[in-house]
Amino acid sequence: MIELAGLTKHYGDKVAVDHLTFVVRPGIITGFLGPNGAGKSTTMRMMLGLDNPTAGSVRIDGRHYRRLQDPLTYIGALLEAKAMHGGRSAFNHLLCLAQSNGIPRRRVGEVLDTVGLTSVAKKRSKGFSLGMGQRLGIAAALLGDPQVLLFDEPVNGLDPEGIRWIRTMMKNLAGQGRTVFVSSHLMSEMALTADHLVVIGQGRLLADTSMAQFIRENSRSYVRLRSPEQERLLDVLHAERITAVQAGNGTLEVDGEPAERLGELAAAHQLVLHELSPQQASLEEAFMQLTAESVEYHAHDGEPPAGPVGGRATAPAGTPAAGGWGADRQKKGN
Amino acid sequence: MAAVGQVLRSEWTKIRSVRSTVWTLGVAVVVTVGLGMLICALAGSDFGTMPVRDRLTFDATNISFAGMGLGQLAMIVFGVLVVSNEYSTGMIRSSLAAVPQRATFLFCKLVVATALVLLVGLFTSFLAFFAGQSLLGGLAARIGDPGVLRAVIGGGLYMTLIALFSMAIATMLRSPMLSLGILMPFFFLISNILGNVSATRKIGHYLPDQAGRRIMQVVPGNNPVPYGPWGGLGIMVAWTVAALVCGFVLLERRDA
Repeated sequence: MIELAGLTKHYGDKVAVDHLTFVVRPGIITGFLGPNGAGKSTTMRMMLGLDNPTAGSVRIDGRHYRRLQDPLTYIGALLEAKAMHGGRSAFNHLLCLAQSNGIPRRRVGEVLDTVGLTSVAKKRSKGFSLGMGQRLGIAAALLGDPQVLLFDEPVNGLDPEGIRWIRTMMKNLAGQGRTVFVSSHLMSEMALTADHLVVIGQGRLLADTSMAQFIRENSRSYVRLRSPEQERLLDVLHAERITAVQAGNGTLEVDGEPAERLGELAAAHQLVLHELSPQQASLEEAFMQLTAESVEYHAHDGEPPAGPVGGRATAPAGTPAAGGWGADRQKKGN
Repeated sequence: MAAVGQVLRSEWTKIRSVRSTVWTLGVAVVVTVGLGMLICALAGSDFGTMPVRDRLTFDATNISFAGMGLGQLAMIVFGVLVVSNEYSTGMIRSSLAAVPQRATFLFCKLVVATALVLLVGLFTSFLAFFAGQSLLGGLAARIGDPGVLRAVIGGGLYMTLIALFSMAIATMLRSPMLSLGILMPFFFLISNILGNVSATRKIGHYLPDQAGRRIMQVVPGNNPVPYGPWGGLGIMVAWTVAALVCGFVLLERRDA
């Protein structure tokens, strides 16, 4: 279990992560979704104690990362492809990590086997393809047989086979009761893997919900109607207290009524229909809409009367950076 | 807390599994010994034609270390690469995720690298001494002569401290290019220039390499310095400790 409480990170006058509070639970895959630059990687680096938060905290099973003894046995991470010395062989890369956490040497062979790199174990990782580098990174994450796993954009740049392999691997890990936290900027990828969803934009939490709930709430289903007698159709719908929206091109969109009922209604009134089709907004669209707001928000935040963003950023008072940050913002606005 | 023994083993695996270790240390040995031998051979044959003043201050021991000025550059490269490779390759994030206690991480890395450099440095120093003396004929110093053993061991210590100082600078700067770009000209040019211009000579005496080199002299030269062999080494140690403290403070506070 990973708990974030008010996690905040400023880089100079930029807010990369803004008061993130959520919990990553075991036994499921939690997708961490946001557009590029939303603060996903920064958040994950703070989870691993690599970056120091400006405010707030992350706890792994109730403890700070830096307090963990042999952390690789608690939490394994794939941060980015090739966080490794290219001149070192795959075996030695894993061996030095294993030794630092008191993990037995035979485990290195085991994880190399799991990710299918046994045949190139003695080769220097410099010559590895993106996919092989990614597999080696995953081998490192699995080394300590940890209960918590973090994957930062694991499918980036992989071929379809590699993507499927990683998906299956993550599902198996979650199936074994582990905590799996995976970031992506692709909703379509998350829809296939994640059970739970945490969405951020501009460093702020936009959604923390189950995948099913997210789909229910965000995939608007409606029925599209087209008729040469649109006015009469509207009258009929109105009489039945059904709201229809004109969507241009002579089409009507109706929310919350099954297509069957609308068809039968039209037949009862002997209306000619040229189209009667149930529609579904894609999850990608829903995600774009959700995060587009945060991007839009960003476009406005340079205006002099500091909006909600400015107000919040100066709120964690006590940090000297906060004052300078606000002052700087004012200057830029003018 | 991460067990120090585990991290030491891990750092040893890291250091022995990259080629740059063998290359840089190998070059340090070859250049130091080779150049020392060459200069000993030249000095031995020129002795008869030297001015009297130079003959009186002829330091057979120190001459066999003449290659160190160049050989130390390879030691600097080793020291810089040991630390900055972590940053330039991205390995640092894997390393610090595995050992989040940064004090333990840095301490173990430096201990392993320094121990290796000490062994190589002592080996180089003794080899340079015996090989050099064998070419000096009747002028040769013997290891049992007063101050000679101290100078030879001192040569090894000097190389070790140069490498350790470089590791500390690289910990501060992180970038290998920046670290080498500062250290190389500093030790190869600036220090020598400051030490040879009379106006700046007094400052030059207190630079780490010039102070440290005093320990390799058996016969004090024409330009007396205000400290003895161990005093000079002490000044070098002080520089190194100061650099290490800065490096550690930065590592502890910085985002990886």
